Amino acid sequence: MSASITAPARSAGRLVFAAFVLLALLVWPLLVENVFYQRVGALVMLAALSASAWNLVGGYAGQISIGHVLFFGCGAYASLLGFTWFEWPPIMGAPFGIALSLLLAVLVGLPTLRLKGHYFSMATIALAELARIIVVNSPSLGGGVGISGPAIPRSMADLSFISPLPYYYIFGAVLAVLLLFTWWMGRARMGFYLRAIRGQERAARSLGVPAQRYKLYALLVSAGFTSLAGSLYAAMVGFVDPDSGLGILLSVKMVIVSALGGAGTLFGPLVGAAILVPLEEFTNAAFGGDGTGITYVVYGAIIMLISRYAPGGLAEILARLKAWGARHAR
Amino acid sequence: MILGQVVLNGFLVGAVYALFSSGLTLIWGMMNVVNFAHGDFVMIAMYVAFVVFTALHLGPAVFVPLAAVLLFLLGVLVYFSLVRHVMRGPMLAQILGTFGLALVLRYATLWVFSANFVSLPDNLLGPVVTVAGLRLEPSRVVAGLAALTLTIGLHLLLTRTALGSRLLAVAEDRNAAMLVGIRPDPMQALAWGIGAACTGVAGALIALFFYISPTVGESLALIAFVVVCLGGFGSVPGALVAGLLIGVIESLSAFWIGPANKDVVVFILFLAVLWFRPQGLLGKA
Repeated sequence: MSASITAPARSAGRLVFAAFVLLALLVWPLLVENVFYQRVGALVMLAALSASAWNLVGGYAGQISIGHVLFFGCGAYASLLGFTWFEWPPIMGAPFGIALSLLLAVLVGLPTLRLKGHYFSMATIALAELARIIVVNSPSLGGGVGISGPAIPRSMADLSFISPLPYYYIFGAVLAVLLLFTWWMGRARMGFYLRAIRGQERAARSLGVPAQRYKLYALLVSAGFTSLAGSLYAAMVGFVDPDSGLGILLSVKMVIVSALGGAGTLFGPLVGAAILVPLEEFTNAAFGGDGTGITYVVYGAIIMLISRYAPGGLAEILARLKAWGARHAR
Repeated sequence: MILGQVVLNGFLVGAVYALFSSGLTLIWGMMNVVNFAHGDFVMIAMYVAFVVFTALHLGPAVFVPLAAVLLFLLGVLVYFSLVRHVMRGPMLAQILGTFGLALVLRYATLWVFSANFVSLPDNLLGPVVTVAGLRLEPSRVVAGLAALTLTIGLHLLLTRTALGSRLLAVAEDRNAAMLVGIRPDPMQALAWGIGAACTGVAGALIALFFYISPTVGESLALIAFVVVCLGGFGSVPGALVAGLLIGVIESLSAFWIGPANKDVVVFILFLAVLWFRPQGLLGKA
């Protein structure tokens, strides 16, 4: 019976479980020889990273950005433009991408975060789409064709590896930092403020929560990490074009990965990524290019179903199942 | 004279923008829900026009009313199956519900019709007439004038009829409306129906002279957002003025700095509105 297990024993059990999961995450790619699976693993980490970044502002602060690809694109383009213009290793462009992302985050956040949530969503779509159109029409930014990174790795600093394994660990390491920050934030003042804002903003404000400021902080951290994810992605793929770096569907992916696992939960994005990315990769492998349209019909349907039946995602469904089980166990 | 032509074309296209944006502003004003699938509703109506014309060889006299009816039904269906439930949920559900719908409509259309751009023949409504140096393309003129008339008609429906009063009463205060015997659910469903029917008519009209593609809804939705924010949410006259203004601004910027950049001007205008006058040009603070 659960009542007989003491609290310390339960938390020790959790710790063991967490250590086991962490170990499994660290070791499994080494045991799997298949490069395709390793690549999928790296993409899961990348998706989990960008979705966790989205989760800070979309999940914890409850401000639904549908244009987060803007920050991703800043990072990706900064990396490869640094190489194209100055022959820098792609990762050297990352700080510039982050700086630009923070600037854009302020530009979109300052006016809209004081308004109701819809304005923020619409403004993020508009800004992302604006960036895409500008890039498509600017030959110096690669236009519609896109830009490439170094064809042959010149040094380790280019982060250009043939095996997907190093990327798996790089994405995973950044994700770990982000999750640590998110975990800390959840227990710090900022987490309480954000939850209060998400719950009932007017009530939070009346209790003296500086709502707009904290929403902006969440957006800034989120934008910075998303941009870093973009830079790392660019280093891995060595190529970016308006669709792969600034397409609206990338924003969709961050939203759905986070919302499926559970927006506003620490591990929701990781769970969502672990389900959706393999699903997409295997459908693409099975159907080829024809699968893409279908994938997004399915994504749209999943998003609708989550909104309609379980806005908390799988985390909510799990909690409901537990409650149901507890009721029927008696 | 060229400038006059540019302004006229912008005005006519702006009237169509005003019509579908009125649908968005009506829904938004009534229940504080943004329909992120609004542009894709317009896109569906464009394909209704395209299919009716290519498969059945019937003209706008058939496909415009047909698109209106079909989209009305779609709107009511979406209200009862999705919006009614997500409205009361958290912000995430409110925004992502219709956004998911947009993806389904957009990529299902892409799947059925492929990504190719299609269009209806230019001279569907007859040859170009030149009056006082202005080229009048019948398709644009008919679309623009019809859209203008219907937008004004919608405003009159809302302000001058008993039905309109009931709709506005629910928008004003749901509980108070219930106290005087108005059931809010049918009224809100009707608002969704009317809002979607606006996109139906506007889509079928704009199909007369606009390219048709599965992703066209994306940019049209953004135009509708700009128009609604500029005109003040919930205001049909505001949407009319803002729609015409956006049409003309877009047309002029296409003329002066090139068609590729006309969207850039519209988006920058949108961000400027959000910065300086989020309640809209005519809206109350």
